[in-house]
Amino acid sequence: MNRSDPWSGGPAEGAVWFDPPPRAAKVPGPPPSPARPPVALSVDGREVRVPAGATVLDACRVAGVETPTLCFHETLTPVNACRVCVVEVAGARTLVPACSRQAEAGMQVKTDTPRVRCSRKVVLELLASSVDLRIAPGMAETMARYGASPGRFGPPAPDAADRDAREAGHHHAPDGAAAETVAQPVKADNDCYVRDYSKCVLCYRCVEACGTDAQNTFAIAVAGRGFDARISTEWARPLTDSACVYCGNCVAVCPTGALMGKTEHDLRAAGAWDPERQTCTDTICPYCGVGCSLSLTVQDGRIVRAASPVGADITRGNLCIKGRFGWGHVQPGPRAGDAP
Amino acid sequence: MILLWGSNARETHPIFFHHVLKGIRAGARCYVVDPRRTGTADFAHGHAALDVGTDIALANAMGREILAAGLWHRDFVGRATEGLDEYRAGVEPCTLEWAEAETKVPAALIREMAHAYARAERAMICWTLGITEHHNAVDNVLALINLALLTGHVGRWGSGLNPLRGQNNVQGGGDMGAIPDRLPGFQHVENARLRGAFEAAWGMKLPPKRGKHLSAMFHAMEEGELTALYCIGENPLASEADQTRARRLLEGLEWFVAQDLTLTKTAALADVVLPAAASWCEGEGTVTNSERRVQRVRKAVEPPAGAREDLAILFEIARRLGHDWGAPSAERVWDEVRRLSPVHAGMSYARLDAAGGLHWPCWDETHPGEAFLHSRLWEDPVRGPRAGFHPVVHDPPVERLDADYPMRLTTGRRLDEFNTGVQTSGYRSPLRRSETLDIHPDDAARLGLSDGERVRVRSRRGCVEVPVRLDPRLRPGLTFMTMHFPDDVATNLLTIDATDPKSGTAEFKAAAVRLERIEA
Repeated sequence: MNRSDPWSGGPAEGAVWFDPPPRAAKVPGPPPSPARPPVALSVDGREVRVPAGATVLDACRVAGVETPTLCFHETLTPVNACRVCVVEVAGARTLVPACSRQAEAGMQVKTDTPRVRCSRKVVLELLASSVDLRIAPGMAETMARYGASPGRFGPPAPDAADRDAREAGHHHAPDGAAAETVAQPVKADNDCYVRDYSKCVLCYRCVEACGTDAQNTFAIAVAGRGFDARISTEWARPLTDSACVYCGNCVAVCPTGALMGKTEHDLRAAGAWDPERQTCTDTICPYCGVGCSLSLTVQDGRIVRAASPVGADITRGNLCIKGRFGWGHVQPGPRAGDAP
Repeated sequence: MILLWGSNARETHPIFFHHVLKGIRAGARCYVVDPRRTGTADFAHGHAALDVGTDIALANAMGREILAAGLWHRDFVGRATEGLDEYRAGVEPCTLEWAEAETKVPAALIREMAHAYARAERAMICWTLGITEHHNAVDNVLALINLALLTGHVGRWGSGLNPLRGQNNVQGGGDMGAIPDRLPGFQHVENARLRGAFEAAWGMKLPPKRGKHLSAMFHAMEEGELTALYCIGENPLASEADQTRARRLLEGLEWFVAQDLTLTKTAALADVVLPAAASWCEGEGTVTNSERRVQRVRKAVEPPAGAREDLAILFEIARRLGHDWGAPSAERVWDEVRRLSPVHAGMSYARLDAAGGLHWPCWDETHPGEAFLHSRLWEDPVRGPRAGFHPVVHDPPVERLDADYPMRLTTGRRLDEFNTGVQTSGYRSPLRRSETLDIHPDDAARLGLSDGERVRVRSRRGCVEVPVRLDPRLRPGLTFMTMHFPDDVATNLLTIDATDPKSGTAEFKAAAVRLERIEA
């Protein structure tokens, strides 16, 4: 050992040094939470029991009753925006949103009555007549199940210009010949993700993910009123002038494809997005020490999307900009920094 | 109560900070100790904007206040710790008024943090490099541990001490023995019994003394003792403090092999470069995160032609050296780890896959893993050694400010960038802006500098040119740079390689600089 090495030293060889401490007598864990009795209720005549605090939607799922949802997301606070999950509850005057209503003992829930079916059908028709739902996962099946025919409101009205430019109250009364839509140009103002609000159903999920439910960045909100309501940044500025930090947690929760990674969007635009040629592999983010789970979608040897599983308890589906978009360094082709 | 000390988790550990935010929304108090008013501090109930390198003064004053106010956990301290009297004597001079003068944190805020921490039902101290990149890194950590021992905020659900790891496998690398004094499973190499288990398994004698950490290796290069280097996945030329010295020593090596994803600045100096696959998506294995959770990384894409997994490279080198280890298999290596490291014994790949990761210690295949350590300190009576207080004294940064170098330079990360940019240079971040020297507007006005103006930043070791950026969230006298763009601005030409004698960490957080106007 070099004499001038300031880091030499330590106990003599053979000394019993740093023996590990004794193991814990019992496995450490959280204190037990106070036991609350489960709640018994009926769904379509079937008796089910759910944990205290569960929702009617949870009870429907326990009962094996398929219930359509659009704005509901398991990591976000229910906002009751879309109304496709409504059910009838005995004794209630109005239909009840299953996703947010807490299950109560003795509740009698009916999910397949004419009133429920009619309500769901009309909600789906109104949404589909005004919004492009072609790539929204599961929507076609749900529409078919409820016999929704959005075309009955007439042919779609011509595409509008940027709806952010509209002024409140400056409208002509529609003549009823065409169905008003939210169609407008795609907003592609950065290299991470694009916003195609022609596909937006105003479910509020992105606003919640950007807000207190996850990211707490508050870059976006619902602006405007009535049919002019839309998701927008402060003063409708481009994302690059907004508070956005490009975590893409809004993209992760968008149910219709209105928000989409740039890579996926460009491949779809080129007709080259092909789920048949894709694999999905779970791994861990290469950056900081938090250890976020990453699901990498790969097509033709290239990463085309990174997401995180909603069930991962570290991320609950959330990531930061590096995890969601920072995988360029492993794409095929010369690596950054490689010699020419 | 959450105490984030020397941590800008909002930017450096964003998803961890989601959990902190949930806690805050659920009613937890949060305090941030950081010289800069960071995005993290914006969410806190209190922000202690201390002078760089005065952490021990602040912590000791909190400890003294907790003792003086009678808020220490008598039961826990009496049963599970030792050395309180020495600690009490050590912090006795650290009054609130003294600490305010040393740290520039108002005495009332120090008192508030001390009381909030001591009175909290559950309290967590989390720290990052603001604690450890100092010449007295270990003492800084000990000062925080003392607070946890004093209040019993350790070894319990919701209470504890958390170093937030900066890279996805810093914890795992250490756990696997990639530190100078440990064998896999954190077993000390100088403990003959622990070392003996490895010698028996491998049928050979192992060096009985600890090796060298990075700073000691550079010292040994300086002494001519270390002449050959095999560097895997590290970019020390760009990341080491005092880059001029680092370059001289690396260039002076007789034999230098670099193994990395790309031709980094370091690899460009090497005699041989071994192109490596990216272990997180081009190979198989495990990484361990900040909470000791071992998780699987899996192969999603093929590495570029000619690049191989680290494991395959090491196996091939072993074969050429006359040891055929067979076909490389991450799972087979892991199963050997499980045989030799008791804390990992229960973590089969099948269990890791099924559970999405397990925390060590995980003693056997039926053990669920432990969410927190040191719970034995709450057993009555305590088995094993008591936890000792380690009195530490305030010792300011090695490089004091003086008339020649009157400004403090500290360093850190930005949200969208990572270390020396080897990985992040591969994507186009909309947040990206090139390197700047962040400076308080008052200092800029005093020096006649305007926003965006290029300035020469000079320390005793080197000099760079960089645009200034006015940032009112700094304290006057403090400047800030990152290490993210070493090709454009080599920040580490400025930093000081004064290192902590116990950990070998360099004082990246505190250099003395002066700014010189560049005449047009």
